[in-house]
Amino acid sequence: MPEAFLEIQDLKTHFPVERGIVFRRRIGTVRAVDGVTLSIKQGETLGLVGESGCGKSTLGRTILQLIPPTEGAVILAGRNLAELKGEDLRAARADFQMIFQDPYASLNPRMTIFDALAEAIRSHKPVPRSELPARVSELMNKVGLSPRFLKKYPHEFSGGQRQRIAVARALAVEPKLMIADEPVSALDVSIQAQIINLLAGLSREMHLTMIFISHDLSVVRHIADRIAVMYLGKIVELGPATQVFERPLHPYTKALVSAVPIPDPAREKQRQRTILAGDPPSPINPPSGCPFHPRCSFAVADCSRIVPQLENFDAGQQASCIRLREINPA
Amino acid sequence: MPLLTVNNLRTWFHTRNGVVRAADNVSFEIEKGETLGIVGESGSGKSVTCYSLMGLIPQPPGKIESGTAVFNGQTDLLRCSAKDLNRIRGRHMAMIFQDPMTSLNPYMRIEDQLIEPLLIHGLHDRAEAVRQGIRALEEVGVPDAAARIRSYPHEFSGGMRQRVMIAMALITRPELLIADEPTTALDVTVQAQILELIKKMQNELGMAVIWVTHDLGVVAGFCRRVLVMYAGRIVESAPTEQLFYRTKHPYTRALQRSIPALQPKGAELYTIAGAPPDLSRRIDGCAFVPRCEFAQDKCKIPPIELKAVEPGHATACVRVQSKEISL
Repeated sequence: MPEAFLEIQDLKTHFPVERGIVFRRRIGTVRAVDGVTLSIKQGETLGLVGESGCGKSTLGRTILQLIPPTEGAVILAGRNLAELKGEDLRAARADFQMIFQDPYASLNPRMTIFDALAEAIRSHKPVPRSELPARVSELMNKVGLSPRFLKKYPHEFSGGQRQRIAVARALAVEPKLMIADEPVSALDVSIQAQIINLLAGLSREMHLTMIFISHDLSVVRHIADRIAVMYLGKIVELGPATQVFERPLHPYTKALVSAVPIPDPAREKQRQRTILAGDPPSPINPPSGCPFHPRCSFAVADCSRIVPQLENFDAGQQASCIRLREINPA
Repeated sequence: MPLLTVNNLRTWFHTRNGVVRAADNVSFEIEKGETLGIVGESGSGKSVTCYSLMGLIPQPPGKIESGTAVFNGQTDLLRCSAKDLNRIRGRHMAMIFQDPMTSLNPYMRIEDQLIEPLLIHGLHDRAEAVRQGIRALEEVGVPDAAARIRSYPHEFSGGMRQRVMIAMALITRPELLIADEPTTALDVTVQAQILELIKKMQNELGMAVIWVTHDLGVVAGFCRRVLVMYAGRIVESAPTEQLFYRTKHPYTRALQRSIPALQPKGAELYTIAGAPPDLSRRIDGCAFVPRCEFAQDKCKIPPIELKAVEPGHATACVRVQSKEISL
């Protein structure tokens, strides 16, 4: 097995919940990310899925040290990012970049596209001014934008074009790791396809390692090599994308997959749906034992006592359920 | 007799940047108890069409330029007096929206806003209305309804707020429910719950539903008939299965080919070149021409009209109509 490029070890991100103005006291903890261990190979695309509030965005941001982790390590190419501070961390940031759901909010409305991209290029490496136009045009080409747009401002672009600019800016520092947080969720269907193709192409050509965060399972299935399913701050299932989609092991993944509408009337008519009851519980007071047990149709008494760990099932597919083999007979 | 017949609806917005033809010559019918899907991307006019029917278009800048929308064979929703419209709205037809937080009043308890339609239409006294309110919340699956009815909107989760809004819309047992992307902002698991809920209520009340969405997946499982809109116009109208399996418009076909769910994993997705047109410019001929791989000069010549090419299946593509291409 090739050496892991990104290694996440028992990563935890907890936020204090405080009350009071003069005497602030801690009344609880939001366990947004609660013990995540993952390893990602170079050039791999990992899809991170789960419902809103499951901690997938917080995990992405914690990996990039945009939020300091409470515990655990993030080792990128042999270096523990969680221990870096100040200038070292800033320098390390050239290795990893993020793109966000709303490209408009992540672009400065008063900077032309040329300025935005030039700033990104120069932020990590001194590049002579005379070389900038060529470098910027090269970036624009990479993301499929015509260099004649260079003097324009963000408001002059459509949503899809802005997302291309955001991708170009992320690529400006030649990152090794890219985290895309819901990059196509705000886009129309016909535009989504363009950005998905762009990201898939880049990861192939540049051998970019990517974490693709999305609540849209069919998009993730399409672009990711492996999928990690999160529930209440924990990874409950991990495996090759097609396999997780076609043969989900964890009861939560089963429900999630069955809730995804299929754009095919005949298949929609045939399928059996598992409809989950209720909403995900609060991460402030997560249920004891398996966090999913209150909504799980397979739950038994032990599920509220035993905290399940990810265990291997087969062919690289793992799930954390104490009844894993019982409910998935061979 | 159809429950609602819309004919040549034209809603234009007169802005400083010109006239935006948001809905242009929209015509359709919906039968009692039927589920009709309206699919389109942002700016296609699907919401404007619904808002026009509910009398929710801000005028100015909006203006209903022409058209009729006859409800129950009697009232023209586009022309009737405010008094007549108010008698129908919220009682015989109701609407739910994408964002429940902006359509619930944050200062009012759920109880007060939930039973408002019953009181306004004078259907019940307050005590009975509250009883009905609790029942309505129970029906949509809000746990502990008798206590939760005293809560404020912020005390509910997104899915629960959406349920409250549905309860509110259905409390008068309307004949028509217009749903404008009510599940778009929700997680898929909650979306499945809401769809199931609407289906159940529909069976019980026999109401017709207009379901506006950009998600072909939801349409496939939920709607009996579909309208596809592009640039303010209906480009295809068909029973759901025919729309998916015997597509008659290049835009519908392109949409299907660009969604990952129907493609083999990792395959290059089909992309529709360019972007939707600027509706403040007058478009002669078919609006999809600049992005259509089948376009010819004759596609630019008006009139482009929706014509039936099979029973119940209409397309606005002139080349499909003349059988020059099949998709």
